[in-house]
Amino acid sequence: MTANGWFQIALFSAALLVITKPLGIYVLKVYDGSMRWLAPLERVLYRISGVDRDEEQHWTRYAASMLIFSGASMLLTYAVLRLQQLLPLNPQHMGAVPDRQAFETAASFTTNTNWQSYSGETTMSYFSQMTQLTFHNFASAATGVALAVALARGITRHSAGKLGNFWVDLVRGTLYLFLPLSIILALVFVQQGVIQNFTQYVTVHTVEGAKQLLAMGPVASQEAIKQIGTNGGGFFNANSAHPFENPTPWTNFWQMLAIFAIPAALTCMYGRMANNQKHGWALWAAMFVLFIGGASTAYWAEARGNPIHAARGVDVVASAVNPGGNMEGKEVRFGIANSALFATITTDASCGAVNAMHDSFTPLGGLVPLVNMQLGEVVFGGVGAGLYGMLIMVVLAVFIAGLMVGRTPEYLGKKIQAREVQMAMLFVLIFAGSILVTAAIAAVSPAGLKGLNNAGPHGLSEIIYAFTSTAANNGSAFAGLSGGTYFYNTILGLNMLVGRFAMIVPMIALAGFMAEKRTVPASAGTFPVTTPLFVALLISVILIVGALTFFPALALGPIVEHFLMQAGRLF
Amino acid sequence: MLRKQLRPAVMLTLLLCVITGLVYPGIVTGLARALFPRQADGSLITSADGAVIGSALIGQPFAKPEYFHPRPSAAGNGYDDTLSGGTNLGPTSAKLADTLIAQAVDSAIKNDGARKGSVPSDLATSSASGLDPHISPANAFLQVARVARARHADSSAVRAIVQKHLEDRQFGFFGEPRVNVLLLNLDLDHTLPVHPAP
Repeated sequence: MTANGWFQIALFSAALLVITKPLGIYVLKVYDGSMRWLAPLERVLYRISGVDRDEEQHWTRYAASMLIFSGASMLLTYAVLRLQQLLPLNPQHMGAVPDRQAFETAASFTTNTNWQSYSGETTMSYFSQMTQLTFHNFASAATGVALAVALARGITRHSAGKLGNFWVDLVRGTLYLFLPLSIILALVFVQQGVIQNFTQYVTVHTVEGAKQLLAMGPVASQEAIKQIGTNGGGFFNANSAHPFENPTPWTNFWQMLAIFAIPAALTCMYGRMANNQKHGWALWAAMFVLFIGGASTAYWAEARGNPIHAARGVDVVASAVNPGGNMEGKEVRFGIANSALFATITTDASCGAVNAMHDSFTPLGGLVPLVNMQLGEVVFGGVGAGLYGMLIMVVLAVFIAGLMVGRTPEYLGKKIQAREVQMAMLFVLIFAGSILVTAAIAAVSPAGLKGLNNAGPHGLSEIIYAFTSTAANNGSAFAGLSGGTYFYNTILGLNMLVGRFAMIVPMIALAGFMAEKRTVPASAGTFPVTTPLFVALLISVILIVGALTFFPALALGPIVEHFLMQAGRLF
Repeated sequence: MLRKQLRPAVMLTLLLCVITGLVYPGIVTGLARALFPRQADGSLITSADGAVIGSALIGQPFAKPEYFHPRPSAAGNGYDDTLSGGTNLGPTSAKLADTLIAQAVDSAIKNDGARKGSVPSDLATSSASGLDPHISPANAFLQVARVARARHADSSAVRAIVQKHLEDRQFGFFGEPRVNVLLLNLDLDHTLPVHPAP
């Protein structure tokens, strides 16, 4: 570990702190309707699509709108991927995407997962990349934030179960929040070297006389929303490690900040909606503690390097000229610190972009991204999904605090009763079930084992990672696993749909139930949700729920591999 | 209830698809072309006769002794830009430790006189993209003697060119110190040509 490495982590943290409030106030204005500079365009969209902008939707209707929109957009993507050979903007003459893979990819981008079993540079036409994958990057992100805002409304107001209007939230989030930020960020990226063109791949005659074909495309526009919308689906196979996606440490810094920007801002927005800004900052603090814990662990593990490789002659000690540590699957321009930091951020959030190959991390370095996802991606989390996941944890924490003192728990003046806790538990159990049951099936079936790139405990880690990543809608991978098979395309595609939509329904029901309740004034017995005690309790609940659920699986994967690596055992 | 939801679902899918999938990339492309055309096209490097000889951002294979060598690459058969990616071999992989890393270490010892235990970590490992354009300063300095020998040049002259191409952390803090292999080798051919121009 180097002083500069720690300094870069500190600098990132400071930048995150600085942007939280201004961006949070901006997001608040987007969703309360006071932002109006694109009002004419908004009106046209509502008129063509027959949306009554003043209609308040009951939670059942809000959920139905979201599901139907997701279904319609997923079908469109499936159709375009299957027919891309007939469509324009395809200079490399890419053929139709195979049916299972098209299904999985459509599910993947609709659910904000962006798990990719294909390589962009050999599979997707520019038309598919733009009109489908970039579009979904916006739509799934705007859907996520809309859902979080709906839950925030349910908790903070008394409105007979009504949560706002999904269509309006979707349009406003896309137009006012994601589009402007993406245009600015895309230009920062291009200035640093990210490509943006529609030309054929360029043939290079290398200095030594070989031929090299350079993949091209409209990368910057997709790259920006890929990060801001915590989507994570790379234009190219190597994702944010590819120099045309992430050419410099400066673009890398902005990519990391873009992942956390809106999730962090949402805590501020929520605090203001609840008229309790301190509570918003308490959530931010709980998230930040978990983030720094993960980042430090990953940095320590990767900087320490691999004793097996050291024994083969590699110098794992960092110096001013040698990066040291475990550089397998990492880029020189990012080095150890930025690779570990990126891996932590991308899995704290539901992003899944990678600037280093997690599969080649040391066991404990790879454990961090895995655990981050298994905690439910509530550490800032995905855009929207992070906040609503965290609020489910808050409901559980308040419930447990209520049990400890023996009175009906209250949260922000509303009683937490059986129905709410049932919905919160459904949310937690569906997540755990969709990871462990499916991973167990893969681990004992020949089709599941055939895809492995590594033997021994690392092979099990590859399977667990794949099912965790898809259920959590992350999309990063222990990429050695060949996910392009019939078995994995199908089961992972279904897993992503369950991990998104089967969890959203109980969450939005909880929002509706909360919105039906009256607010009662706080009393001496109310558990305060702004104190360090609350932050500590919340962190404990997150860790205990995660640890109890997943520790046995982790013990057989990365943890046992760590001890085997220390003993020099190879597979 | 569901029927009434169908129209906004279909129409907004199409409208947002046009706005975010065509208009937005169009705006970005227009601005990128106007402001940063060289970067938008891939930071390409062309030779005197106009042929593209590489991108400043993408590594390319070098194997001859008179050139600095990039890191091992898992992209296709090495530095294949249409097959980007890493080895994805894990920390307890025998193939990684006993084949890939062991070979890279042996080659550094044999060709560059490296000492076992002090082989720079980037030299022995494959990058994430398989297209890493950079090597670490330690890796570059290690190769100076071999390159100088192959070019019948003075080590100090080669070392000076490496020094010129050392890139510090961006703005002083971001990322890690590094050397761009393609730019270094082009400069080398320019300053210390292997065969003097006729």
